[in-house]
Amino acid sequence: MSSPETITAPRSARRLTIARAISEAIGQEMERDPAVLVMGEDIGKLGGVFGTTTGLLEKFGAERVRDTPISETAFIGAAVGLAASGMRPIVELMFVDFFGVCMDAIYNLAAKQSYFSGGQVTCPMVLMTSVGGGYGDAGQHSQTLYATFGHLPGLKVVIPSNAHDAKGLMLAAIRDPNPVIFMYHKALQGMGWLGTVQRSITDAPEGDYVVPLGKAAIVREGSDITLVGLGLSVHHALDAAARLEKQGHSAEVIDLRSIAPLDRETVRASVRKTGRLLVVDDDYMSYGVGAEIIASVCEAGIPLRAAPRRIAHPDIPVPFTPVMEHFVLPDADKVAAAALTILEP
Amino acid sequence: MSNRSDRLWMYGTMVKSRHFEALIKPAYFEGKTPVFNMAKGPLPGEMHLSDGQEPCAVGVCAHLRPGDTVTATHRPHHVAIAKGVNLDAMAAEIFGKATGLSGGRGGHMHLFDARVNFACSGIIAQGLGPAVGAALASKLRGEDHVAVAFLGEGAANQGAFHEALNLASVWKVPAIFVIEDNAYGISVAKRDCTAVARNADRAAAYAMPGHFIPGNDPDAVYAVAGEAIARARRGEGPSLIEIETCRLEGHFMGDAEAYRPAGEVERLKAADPIPAYRDRLLADGFDAADLDTAETDARAVVDAAFAAARAAAYPQPEEAFDHVFA
Repeated sequence: MSSPETITAPRSARRLTIARAISEAIGQEMERDPAVLVMGEDIGKLGGVFGTTTGLLEKFGAERVRDTPISETAFIGAAVGLAASGMRPIVELMFVDFFGVCMDAIYNLAAKQSYFSGGQVTCPMVLMTSVGGGYGDAGQHSQTLYATFGHLPGLKVVIPSNAHDAKGLMLAAIRDPNPVIFMYHKALQGMGWLGTVQRSITDAPEGDYVVPLGKAAIVREGSDITLVGLGLSVHHALDAAARLEKQGHSAEVIDLRSIAPLDRETVRASVRKTGRLLVVDDDYMSYGVGAEIIASVCEAGIPLRAAPRRIAHPDIPVPFTPVMEHFVLPDADKVAAAALTILEP
Repeated sequence: MSNRSDRLWMYGTMVKSRHFEALIKPAYFEGKTPVFNMAKGPLPGEMHLSDGQEPCAVGVCAHLRPGDTVTATHRPHHVAIAKGVNLDAMAAEIFGKATGLSGGRGGHMHLFDARVNFACSGIIAQGLGPAVGAALASKLRGEDHVAVAFLGEGAANQGAFHEALNLASVWKVPAIFVIEDNAYGISVAKRDCTAVARNADRAAAYAMPGHFIPGNDPDAVYAVAGEAIARARRGEGPSLIEIETCRLEGHFMGDAEAYRPAGEVERLKAADPIPAYRDRLLADGFDAADLDTAETDARAVVDAAFAAARAAAYPQPEEAFDHVFA
């Protein structure tokens, strides 16, 4: 990846999965700050179903690495109380699809604590969760729901596309005084049993570094079209950009990295240069990230050489059977085809 | 039996709370007559008064220090006052003024005072999880602070109640769950929606002590709460307390209360816990002049808070954009 931080941070020879990057970031921050603790289902002995807390129980003990009952309302509510009391809880809730059982604690409690207290009480907590499908787990374990959370005031929403960013974003998220929803995509996580986009496994400095929340990265420079993605869809966009190059088109690819805050200026600056825009998202289409990005560009009055487009999951539940699921999920072929309709109308 | 100064404090604090609600009543209906419109007047929105429930607040909070956490409900005034929330800032908040606890962003159901670790919220059973978290923070830091979550009897049927009690017990945190049983969830009577007669019995499912306190009696609440709070401070874990109290007003102001049996409100008002407590204190040898002074002092601070709140400026509308993020 060629994000600015990757270029400026000290290089290291090792390569990390996003899972390793997250657990390393949490462990380093737990060493640095005694107020940090981790709670969630299967985050102790198991080390997290998606590897985000590997090794932490052994290192920090059961007081600071707490397996919880399957009681999301209670333990996410408890995280809000911990945060209000000066602790910095990191809470894992396995799948974003499960948030329905505890939304009140997230969008009524955590998200409004600063506002309703007039800034007297803050809510420094990280709520990390897996997102995304593509592996036949059907519609209650495959959603991304980015826009659902990006829509709610008071929450920050972070989605890394690679291990370098995952570590730096996690360190930034833990230190942020606000509730941060940290969404890691299962197709990028580096779990052997899930399959992983190899490009997400990157080098990352062993030491302390922060990737700021709300700063997009230009991960490939280009001049003819701007492709905007987040998480997995960054990789679809990069794959498509490589194909488009062979056809004589230069695509710029932007990795949003967070959608709240949303770095509208980086997108606008790119589209001012390219005059063309395609947003790639694997969340449901309507009212989604694509709509928000396109509106941000149009509202800025940026002249476009072709109508902007968006690719997303259609407005249907994520289907189970692979022939259906891969029919509806975005991929590099669909991105390249849509880009060509913009580039060669 | 409560000690003498605590009993006098409980009496004065109940009077203060009742007077606070008494001043809200006429102010709330300003601009809302002849046609009731919740949006009108100096106190817009829903208003849930705590008349009748004061013994729950004072009997528990008499044992609490500023470092202890309290989470209260959508009916929060009596608990906030007993916990020592800044009265001027609380009144100003309810009037939506710039000098309010949050500068007018929260209002009557969302009162926060970090100085005394008080918070309340508008969703049933929402404060239980945060109380478990505050109690865990105290335990992890080796402090002896406790956290008390107040809830109504209707909240005992929420999943959050059962999740939080189980979690508090599994983690053995210094949390106390206090059910103010006023017999109604808005209009639905407890007997029509709750499978057990006594919510205190539910404590057995979570391996913690469950206490039932009949009679809406400040001294009885004081005694039981004192035991539960001391137990929590000693690191022996959470307790559940169920207090049989009453709601002398409607669920919210403007509630026609057609769901009440005939004569119920009159019967409840005849057993009003505040004059009853005054009579008991007199019978126990308290000087009437001391009680009169406590009443006068309590009313004076409330009068001053309301006068200041009325006189205070509204915030600038643009300040709505502040504090969304820390």
